[in-house]
Amino acid sequence: MSETWTIKCLINEKPVEREVSVRLTLADFLRHEVGLTGTHLGCEHGVCGACTVLLDGRSARSCLTLAVQVDGMNVTTVEGLGDKTRLSPLQQAFMDEHGLQCGFCTPGMLTTLTELLANNPDPSESEVRLAISGNICRCTGYENIVKATMTAVRYIRDGMPESSEVVD
Amino acid sequence: MKPPPFSYHRPASLDEAFALLGSLENAKVLAGGQSLMPMMNYRYVMPDHVVDLNHCPGLSGVGVEDQTLIIGAMTRQCDLAANDLVARHAPLLVDALHWVGHVQTRNRGTIGGSLSHLDPAAELPAVIAAYDATVTVGNETALRDVSIHEWAAGYMMPAIDENEIAISINIPLSVELDGHAHSFFEIARRHGDFAQAGAGVVLQTVDDRVTDLRIALAGVDIAPVRLRQAEEFAIGKSLTEDVIDEIALFAKAVPGIADVHADESYRQRLAVVVVRRALTQAAGPGP
Ligand code: FES
Ligand code: FES
Repeated sequence: MSETWTIKCLINEKPVEREVSVRLTLADFLRHEVGLTGTHLGCEHGVCGACTVLLDGRSARSCLTLAVQVDGMNVTTVEGLGDKTRLSPLQQAFMDEHGLQCGFCTPGMLTTLTELLANNPDPSESEVRLAISGNICRCTGYENIVKATMTAVRYIRDGMPESSEVVD
Repeated sequence: MKPPPFSYHRPASLDEAFALLGSLENAKVLAGGQSLMPMMNYRYVMPDHVVDLNHCPGLSGVGVEDQTLIIGAMTRQCDLAANDLVARHAPLLVDALHWVGHVQTRNRGTIGGSLSHLDPAAELPAVIAAYDATVTVGNETALRDVSIHEWAAGYMMPAIDENEIAISINIPLSVELDGHAHSFFEIARRHGDFAQAGAGVVLQTVDDRVTDLRIALAGVDIAPVRLRQAEEFAIGKSLTEDVIDEIALFAKAVPGIADVHADESYRQRLAVVVVRRALTQAAGPGP
């Protein structure tokens, strides 16, 4: 029986209190114990960025974080960015600009870029590219991800287009 | 790709951390986790105990005291990059941080962690070597200062005992270096990956003549290297293109490590290139 520890944290604004095995990564905790499977695991050693979540608003690799370490923290996963009836401007822009194909890298792209836009509401294309330098995408060639981010900048500044209806 | 079982400890004070490390066998210190966690996931390291320093007060932050810039070992890389004191007194650190990993790893990774992990390609130890800094380490009974030039005891092996913790990095400040020029340049297969060769340059000139030059290489040898001969050669000279070329050639003498991405001679050639580019940038007309 492996050692456990009780943690309390906020996950997507909801208070969570759980007993976790100390060797459990945050990624596995989110996916297997909290049921938030939006966070993806590509490499489990910190190189692909798919598992990126926000810890107190800062992006971090959940495969390199132990669940026990987020005790007292505010965790945001891709599920916390928008809600069922309204996507976040960044998510909407990814949809409008085809910023994803298979979607595997998308949770990491969205969380990382959410942090970028919070700190820098008017980034240049090269700043966007630099921000996602730690996120690997095997499908899009990155072009539409960058394009979607620039579109999200406009959505945030000028408002989302009328047609931004959410599909089921 | 999951960490093996271990016991977790969360000291709430430095004394408690010292006591834990003094009594536990096969313990590892967890700082930002950006090196330890991948090594544990790969099971390259299998500690019986993990001592998490993230709740230990007094280990992070930046200050100036007695003509020394003191950087707490647990200061996160992203916080260093945004720190005014660092920008003013040790700007090469800020240059180098742009090359360190990615935003997600800089948000967690600490300067003490980089030093204690001592990857040959790590940028921060090279910068710290350029600034002739010391590292304060301590255990239950005493604190001691280790010169950065004696920090590497071997490949990925810092001169720190198992029961010791890195406390701070101390960069001496001098009037002579006030407002110095600086530049970091590296070549890696992808931005943020481990460098095949990187160079940090600290440069002071008076009336266009070099009065102080420090060149530190990362990723070429097993630990950061200072190009002492090149530095001495440059004193009193004006940095023309030819002189910069001559200085850069000294990098060829550094023994290059070989790996799957670059053999020894290729690394040595890269070393010359990165020194030339960093020096050209530092000697240039400024931003
Ligand atoms: S799964 Fe975490 S970085 Fe790849
Ligand atoms: S959309 Fe498939 S990996 Fe990025």
